[in-house]
Amino acid sequence: MSEIAEKVKKIIVDKLGVDESEVTEEASFTNDLGADSLDTVELIMEFEKEFNVSIPDDQAEHIGTVGQAVKYLEENVK
Amino acid sequence: MILRRVVVTGMGALTPIGNTLSEYKEGLFSGTSGAGPITRFDATKFKTRFACEVKGLDMSQFIPRQEARKMDLYTQFAVVAAAEAIRDAGLDEYLKPIDFEKGIPTDLPVNLHRVGCIWGGGIGGLKTFEEEIISFAKGDGTPRINPFFIPKMIADSASGILSIRHGLLGPSYVTVSACASSNNSLIDAFNYIRLGKIDICVSGGSEAAITQAGVGGFNALKAMSERNDDPSTASRPYDKDRDGFVLGEGGACLILEEYEHAIARGAKIYAEILGGGMSSDAYHITAPHPDGIGAYMCMKNALEDAEITPDQVDYINTHGTSTPIGDPQEIKAIERLFGEHAYNINISSTKSMVGHLLGGAGAVEAVASILAIQEQKIPPTINHVTDDPDINPRLNLTFNEAQSRKVNIAISNTFGFGGHNTCVVFRKFEG
Repeated sequence: MSEIAEKVKKIIVDKLGVDESEVTEEASFTNDLGADSLDTVELIMEFEKEFNVSIPDDQAEHIGTVGQAVKYLEENVK
Repeated sequence: MILRRVVVTGMGALTPIGNTLSEYKEGLFSGTSGAGPITRFDATKFKTRFACEVKGLDMSQFIPRQEARKMDLYTQFAVVAAAEAIRDAGLDEYLKPIDFEKGIPTDLPVNLHRVGCIWGGGIGGLKTFEEEIISFAKGDGTPRINPFFIPKMIADSASGILSIRHGLLGPSYVTVSACASSNNSLIDAFNYIRLGKIDICVSGGSEAAITQAGVGGFNALKAMSERNDDPSTASRPYDKDRDGFVLGEGGACLILEEYEHAIARGAKIYAEILGGGMSSDAYHITAPHPDGIGAYMCMKNALEDAEITPDQVDYINTHGTSTPIGDPQEIKAIERLFGEHAYNINISSTKSMVGHLLGGAGAVEAVASILAIQEQKIPPTINHVTDDPDINPRLNLTFNEAQSRKVNIAISNTFGFGGHNTCVVFRKFEG
């Protein structure tokens, strides 16, 4: 697992209070990990802070799973 | 229109002298001080380095971490106190989160649409506000404000969270009138019930202002005691050497219920609420009127609302914050309103023990007043050392030790910055 993926997983475990084993690549924040709309906004913001990037709203809308978050960050974090 | 009777059927307390109703009761009658060095932040550079903090509470026993982190401490205090009161009232089986997929339950002995939640809070999520702004100020100006910042910080959050946690579908809001807030919430709850709008109200108040902004702010107002060498005797209402209030935290919850409703479900009844009175000083943003005009009017209005005369009152739980200018004006108002009977009444300020809970003060003091009725005993004004020559020695301020006496009617005053004055009247319950 990449360093980015590790950090993403850690943030999700911390913010959503889920078990590490649940944070799979396919896991959806809302359907599988119990996040509501505010939790999702918070996750995106935490990713922005952790990786010092700005994720525009139209991009954030497409980040609904753990894998999508990791992929976006791997492509956009310098 | 015939007004319905309102009784108190449950109580919960989370205070600097006890984390449950029974611990609070024990602390009150034994004259315990809740003051000690501030542990919530590093207060080294502050003029006041002590407060009355809630102690030894493991919040995770009451609220899972994932839920707690979306609530300010002020709301967490509300959750703990309300859970105890709802259980105490025998309503915990019904007042639970609603499973909306199954639908709103209609087969309960309480109609959830007629259960309200009116809470009191003086400030709201002060710590939440502080942390978010500090975090923003450390950044480069990019506004990465947490989405939970607003719902955690806004002052109404306690009633919103309590409604969700207990399935309360009636009116829900928080009253904000500084240190009078939770007397205002009790008066509103009382009025909605007696007007027939609701049957039960989860009411009370809480505060969590022992933060850098809270302590620094009250220090700047010169309102707080700076007796750092002896915190436990710092809150000394009516003492000649009082030098300001001691900040407290926590809260209390009272379950107000319509009398027939309480009887029908066989609830235990602590006391009856007879009336509430309010007034405004229209004088100054922080100082009370020196002649106690507002204090006088709110007590007078409360007695009239309760349809009782001054000579029927046995106990006054005063606002009595231990500030040089605040204490005497309330005493003046008492002497003016009660005349010769003022010297037959027991008066005490339980802030000498728990400190000043600001928006939670009215609620914890309402509980103290009801416990005085229940125990037929007056909780003391502790820390009295030197008589104040400006306070009439004929007054019985219940100094230092609890006193047993007949208590049929108790009234509880709270006054807030902004000149908000409130008084609630409680009577021993007699069928």
